Amino acid sequence: MQVDRKEILHIANLACLNIKEEEIEEYRKNLQDILNFANIVNSVNTNNISETIGNTSNVNVFREDEIKEFKDEALLLENAPDKENNMFKIPKVI
Amino acid sequence: MELYELTVHELMDKLNKNEITSEDIVKSYTKRIEEKEKDIGAFVTITTDEALEKSKNVKNGNLAGIPIGIKDNLCTKGVKTTCSSKMLENFVAPYNATVVEKLEDEGMISLGKLNMDEFAMGSSTEYSAFKTTKNPWDLNSVPGGSSGGSAAAVASQMVPWALGSDTGGSIRQPSSLCGVVGLKPTYGLVSRYGLVAFASSLDQIGPITKDVEDSAILLNVLAGHDEKDSTSVNIPKKDYTKSLVKDVSKLKIGVPKEFLGEGINEEVKQSVEEAIKKYKELGATVEECTLDIANEALATYYIIACAEASSNLGRFDGIRYGYRTKNYETLKDIYKNSRSEGFGAEVKRRIILGTYVLSSGYYDAYYKKAQKVRTVIKQEFEKLFEEYDLLITPTSPTVAYKIGTKSNNPLEMYLADLCTVSVNIAGLPGISIPCGVDKQGMPIGLQLIGKPFGEETLLQAAYTYEQEIKFREKYKPQFKS
Repeated sequence: MQVDRKEILHIANLACLNIKEEEIEEYRKNLQDILNFANIVNSVNTNNISETIGNTSNVNVFREDEIKEFKDEALLLENAPDKENNMFKIPKVI
Repeated sequence: MELYELTVHELMDKLNKNEITSEDIVKSYTKRIEEKEKDIGAFVTITTDEALEKSKNVKNGNLAGIPIGIKDNLCTKGVKTTCSSKMLENFVAPYNATVVEKLEDEGMISLGKLNMDEFAMGSSTEYSAFKTTKNPWDLNSVPGGSSGGSAAAVASQMVPWALGSDTGGSIRQPSSLCGVVGLKPTYGLVSRYGLVAFASSLDQIGPITKDVEDSAILLNVLAGHDEKDSTSVNIPKKDYTKSLVKDVSKLKIGVPKEFLGEGINEEVKQSVEEAIKKYKELGATVEECTLDIANEALATYYIIACAEASSNLGRFDGIRYGYRTKNYETLKDIYKNSRSEGFGAEVKRRIILGTYVLSSGYYDAYYKKAQKVRTVIKQEFEKLFEEYDLLITPTSPTVAYKIGTKSNNPLEMYLADLCTVSVNIAGLPGISIPCGVDKQGMPIGLQLIGKPFGEETLLQAAYTYEQEIKFREKYKPQFKS
């Protein structure tokens, strides 16, 4: 798969990242190199093989839906870059 | 003999006999950190002042008052957890990771948080946003990674043991490069709650120690089901120290020839072959076998790990915690600019790769295909484990390399994980133990791979070999500059 400039900008946008003009080529080339290497997976015969989902034999792990209170609300907000009245503050969206 | 030179089980003996106190131990390490940290740079946060306070008043228990170092991607209430990233430079977790809680329950005392590659993405600590940790055997070489701070701190005796995390080799590879013992448990044996997630289906927390006995002691503390981690497995608790028996005579060991071929340094290969010979002398049955999946596993690993990382790191948006840009007007600006300014280049590279393989049009060709190849890799291991109790490979294709020689070539850096990633892909346990040094005196590591939840066999085989070759008695880090 060939990755062009347009594609790398599209992917960066999906990932919510800005890439500086002077970095675009480097990120493109890195991605291309790794994809060229990663293509080796397509040489493996996987007919009748299902995908691995999870890495243990655990299936459908359930628990009771009980509320457990986290006592230290203030501590949860402590790391917020901006807050007001016990809430996270963000710029106006509407 | 200084107290910092002892293993944890030796410290425990002395504590039990009332020959020393916890305060003596913490003071000894505090002094050692003051001497060595300026050369090594293993710590992101040092908490020796708090540790000294705690050591004056320890509770009862075998491990009470024993110090430890903690990788900086494990949440510690009240102490910064940075993941060596600008994104979390000032983040203080409001809760403890389950493993940290377990250490505290034992009365253990943290000496600080240890450096790593940013968000555990890397094999050298060169991708830490703060500093590159130096290898205690040669200060111009990398300590490996991503748990490079943990391995270097143990090797330089600034902590008696440490916690690391391993997604593709991040416990075993730095342990190999620093000449210490690193154990990655079976996926699901140790709770991941409070470990800042990189790739959730691969991550596992484990001990980095001076010897195998300490590894078993710390695994006893860490292992166990946790309702806060739905992937942790509910199996009966074991006492891993019971596996510290010097006997491999009943073991059948496979040596996958592909892991001793192309791409493996000649001296590493020779040293591992010596170890294989030693296992034979000790009475194990050792046979060459085939596991022709190394490159496929590495490719599968980078697809799956980056896909999961791109999803896991979506949470860093500059709203609830972590870095927020100063440069914004709209909400979208906050997201984009905070992420672009807060993440380092390697993290962005991996998010971009992960986003690409999950994006419409490429999902089937890469992500879905890799998940099928993952099944194939698991089946290949299952076949081998019908025949063998253990597999032996080198841990790393090379010894520690010089700082700066690979950091500009991501693909070459990824090849450092060649021998370790398949173990994570298949969710198996693996341990790295020192098996010798090269001509420059740099340590070489041997990897043993076990069946799922086969830590007992792994530890027994590692212990037997370690007791025989006595690496720690023969070789010590020289702090070469």
